[in-house]
Amino acid sequence: MQDDTEDPVSDSTITPPSVIGGHQTFASVTDKISAIALAKRTRTGWFIGAGISFLLTMLLLYTIGYLVLTGIGIWGNNIPVGWAFDIINFVWWIGIGHAGTLISAILLLLRQQWRTSINRFAEAMTLFAVASAGLFPLLHTGRPWLAYWLFPYPNTMGVWPQFRSPLIWDVFAVSTYATVSALFWFIGLIPDLATLRDRARRRTAKIIYGILAMGWRGSARHWHRYETAYLLLAGLATPLVVSVHTVVSFDFAVGIIPGWHTTVFPPYFVAGAIYSGFAMVMTLAIPLRKFYGLEDFITMRHLRNMSKIMLATGLIVGYGYMIETFTAWYSASTFEEFMIRNRMTGPYAPLYWLLILCNILIPQILWSKKARGNVLLLFVVSIIVNIGMWLERFIIIVTSLHRDFLPSSWAMYRPTFWDFSMFLGTIGLFLSLLFLFIRFLPMISIFEIRTILPQAEVHEAGD
Amino acid sequence: MRQATELEEMNSRPRLYGLMAEFEEPTALVQAARRAHDEGYRRIDAYSPFPIEELTDAIGFHHTKLPLIVLIGGVVGCIGGFALCYWVSTSVYPLNIGGRPLNSWPAFIPVTFECTILLAALAAVFGMLALNGLPEPYHPVFNVPSFEQASRNKFFLCIEAVDPKFEEAKTREFLTELGAREVSDVEF
Repeated sequence: MQDDTEDPVSDSTITPPSVIGGHQTFASVTDKISAIALAKRTRTGWFIGAGISFLLTMLLLYTIGYLVLTGIGIWGNNIPVGWAFDIINFVWWIGIGHAGTLISAILLLLRQQWRTSINRFAEAMTLFAVASAGLFPLLHTGRPWLAYWLFPYPNTMGVWPQFRSPLIWDVFAVSTYATVSALFWFIGLIPDLATLRDRARRRTAKIIYGILAMGWRGSARHWHRYETAYLLLAGLATPLVVSVHTVVSFDFAVGIIPGWHTTVFPPYFVAGAIYSGFAMVMTLAIPLRKFYGLEDFITMRHLRNMSKIMLATGLIVGYGYMIETFTAWYSASTFEEFMIRNRMTGPYAPLYWLLILCNILIPQILWSKKARGNVLLLFVVSIIVNIGMWLERFIIIVTSLHRDFLPSSWAMYRPTFWDFSMFLGTIGLFLSLLFLFIRFLPMISIFEIRTILPQAEVHEAGD
Repeated sequence: MRQATELEEMNSRPRLYGLMAEFEEPTALVQAARRAHDEGYRRIDAYSPFPIEELTDAIGFHHTKLPLIVLIGGVVGCIGGFALCYWVSTSVYPLNIGGRPLNSWPAFIPVTFECTILLAALAAVFGMLALNGLPEPYHPVFNVPSFEQASRNKFFLCIEAVDPKFEEAKTREFLTELGAREVSDVEF
């Protein structure tokens, strides 16, 4: 459990690349990582990327403005497909966020040291993904300015929420998840903010980082309580992350719509979330390490390990697809059988088979060790998995809703321009926040990298 | 007026907060901290750029109440979350749907669970900050010029002037003997 240097299946012939490359010292890791946040000059590449993301964010704001003024009729969803892009994108984004919590909490508890280089920006990714996710159900309510009605508070109308409804569970799960992820991320940042405060030369930077660091001075007593809090938070976040996607799957599984009403949904959704999350971490990590020259910190070992996790969770997702089909046949329910047949051969069949291709067939290439060592290939596969996981939610939602029990109420769903602009807009929001994050905050946890350097070990006589 | 009293206070207080010794290596700091503790110094603190498990032990700091605070947070969240669901569903807004029981407790589990986690997490974060006395914008140790490196690659041990065993000259000599690269005054 200490770390996975012994991996009998794939890494028996060669020693795996180490967690940290090069000959690093406490000073060199500090300087290298903090220099990115403290640099006076912003690189042109950053401006190009952030500029495109910003334009997409403007598209999001425009869409939201038009949506609020007009109503959700501008979207393509209508009865019988009452849930479409808004829920697809909500589930997709929330799922992406899960890898961040998994990396920072579960891998911490399992003492997987390799998590250290990627946990910080994976956590940031979680936060921004949850922010993007939250917009969809909020706007889908139609009157987002009344969204606070979802919370239990004493009001003059004498109305209270229905605590037996999965939608209320969702409100509690997602808002708790957002709060805990934000706290976990910020707590992890405090010692590094202190480093930035001490390293910053410009006065404004010093003041801002100083306020955020809250006077952290690295006292041994503080570290002790800090480590305790961090470990406890990891322990709390672990069941939380599992519960969040379980509750998201309850949104479907508690209903009686054919194709939604299955008990495999919670584990299958959680696995899918981790799958898509790791794919997104890869999609972001590969260009970042290249652009900022962080190959010593985000090494091949990280990419290999992440692709192994992707392979494993992808297989669980494949099992989920299989069980869905099996259940449809085994249930002997006409509606369930029809649903699967409609999925595989109906009007949305090309998307279903594309989903199988993206999520099940193509990622099998990760069995090959050579493929796991090819950065470009990993990047392409991770994007394919992101697309596949989006298609999965599309298939689950749209094919189940568009043809349910009564053929007289069947209809086709077609997204409109505003469905796409909203989706692209949230990608822009997500990337804009991420660009700001990598520019102004240390994207790799500096103090945790220090702890895994060999020099950090204390050699006491008599021990 | 206020300034005057503050000045008075400043004059009556000792000039020194303590003495700060600087080390290059984590091992050197842990050994020094252990020696200082063995010597009988109790008002000591060590500063390092990353958490060092042995260091907490060396300065004689063992227990933190934090796990208890988190447990209390979790229990309050759990009871509170369930009580909210129960109270709303049975008393203030009962919905009779086909005569099903009002206290349908299995349906209350998700909200109860999320409230448990939320309050426990808030207790962990704010409990840690409160016990550490953060935010604390000013602290005398920041007056040591080289202390900037405490968040980079240097290790510090501070013996505070309030320690009963503290004697400026003797303590300074003691710290130098421990192999400190530099011993500096920590002024208020």
